[in-house]
Amino acid sequence: MDINDLRGLSTVLLMMAFIGVVIWAYSRKQKQAFDEAANLPFADDNIDQRTTSEERPND
Amino acid sequence: MSEVNSALEHPLYNYKVVRQFAIMTVVWGIVGMFVGVWIAAQLAWPALNFDLPWTSFGRLRPLHTNAVIFAFGGCALMGTSLYIVQRTTQTRLLSDGLAAAVFWGWQLVIVLAAVTLPMGYTTTKEYAELEWPIDILIALVWVAYAVLFFGTLMKRKVSHIYVANWFFGAFIITVAVLHLVNSAELPPSLTMMKSYSVYAGTVDAMIQWWYGHNAVGFFLTAGFLGMMYYFVPKQAERPVYSYRLSIVHFWALIAIYIWAGPHHLHYTALPDWAQSLGMVMSLILLAPSWGGMINGIMTLSGAWEKLRHDPILRFLVVSLSFYGMSTFEGPMMSIKTVNALSHYTDWTIGHVHSGALGWVAMISIGAVYHLIPHLYGKNGMYSTPLVNLHFWMSTIGTVLYIASMWVNGIMQGLMWRAYNEDGTLTYTFVESVVASHPGYVVRVLGGAIFLGGMLLMAYNVYMTTRRGVEDSIPAPQTAAAAA
Repeated sequence: MDINDLRGLSTVLLMMAFIGVVIWAYSRKQKQAFDEAANLPFADDNIDQRTTSEERPND
Repeated sequence: MSEVNSALEHPLYNYKVVRQFAIMTVVWGIVGMFVGVWIAAQLAWPALNFDLPWTSFGRLRPLHTNAVIFAFGGCALMGTSLYIVQRTTQTRLLSDGLAAAVFWGWQLVIVLAAVTLPMGYTTTKEYAELEWPIDILIALVWVAYAVLFFGTLMKRKVSHIYVANWFFGAFIITVAVLHLVNSAELPPSLTMMKSYSVYAGTVDAMIQWWYGHNAVGFFLTAGFLGMMYYFVPKQAERPVYSYRLSIVHFWALIAIYIWAGPHHLHYTALPDWAQSLGMVMSLILLAPSWGGMINGIMTLSGAWEKLRHDPILRFLVVSLSFYGMSTFEGPMMSIKTVNALSHYTDWTIGHVHSGALGWVAMISIGAVYHLIPHLYGKNGMYSTPLVNLHFWMSTIGTVLYIASMWVNGIMQGLMWRAYNEDGTLTYTFVESVVASHPGYVVRVLGGAIFLGGMLLMAYNVYMTTRRGVEDSIPAPQTAAAAA
């Protein structure tokens, strides 16, 4: 066991972490949560409109 | 302060700080790009340095880079991140006072840079030239910005953290680490505007380019990708092409970018293995870069016709095309044999500007055009034809700039490595300078056209923000403009 084993091991661990992220991101279980997340930019129009209409008089 | 009282029941957003940053993005963009055109003109006509120390190329060049990266780019990043974090978490910013402190603190940093750099105060570290008292101020403002951003995320009203915020978060954390490590320096005395890096020799060079390349990767890429992940879906009125891809994109990009710095030090005293590592990591970086570009562009799939009549969307999508182009060019230039030709030539400057003008500036301009009418309660920009004209000026200006630098760079590289049969150099250095002159003139032209577009933008923004001009604004063409 020397420092180079550790270096090789870190490469393997990082590769596994990457594959893990891909499997997690593309798992069917996450689909609904991600669909909701992807629509977050379109979910807050009421707060936005209230802000612009209430701010306008003292703009 | 009715906003605060009703905040519990009916939260409102803090748009004031976003407005301030959006306006200053335009102002600093014009200042920074004007200095850029000026120093480009100095390279074509050296008399334009006026024989004064304060206006010499060596002092104005860091002023240009600091102004466009940290003033123009910084204001765009801070403004959009504080807008997006509020809108995607449905939460008002953590603190209005802190938001104001971040805005005014950052403007103070910019003004101090604009004063000290022409006076000749510099650490000589590229993109980190500002001297130690300003470095301390930057660190303080940055911590305040981080508290404001992450504090808002922590009190969010929705469970999920939208992907744009992940990119902004990585940008804020990494830039803090980069700044603290690379700017570790000691002044000879506390009354002197002079400091020396705590690192020496090759270690100093490696830390500098670990900083320099990740300033590109996290300041000029990750943050602007955050912008892309919000404004492209918003302007196209459809969610991002693949949210799953955006997650893989994020983790792959931030994990790989951090290793690419050594490609700035090919064929130097840096150990050869480190140079090769930097090259390999730069080549791998093509994959996440293009993953993100494809994700952004494909968001328009099924809605391509929007590009025909929406110049703001065109800004956003063409910026992604330039991003794809420069993130292909970059890995190619990091290959050691290609770098042997391109290094120290104008090709590098062309590459930087295909990213800086084509990607960073154009996506920021698109984002500001999206934001300004919205923040000022207008239906759209004062003049859409002027936005369209600005789009074409930006595109033509960028293409002229990068094409002239490609020609100059490859020519310089070939002239410098040309040998006669007896082993002597075929060309003197000054012969390559003379041969570069036409390219320098074309660059001034391209930069001036790009700057002209920014002046149009300033007029258009001013007219949009004026009161009582609602009537002159034509009905919005898309529902997004009215939303």
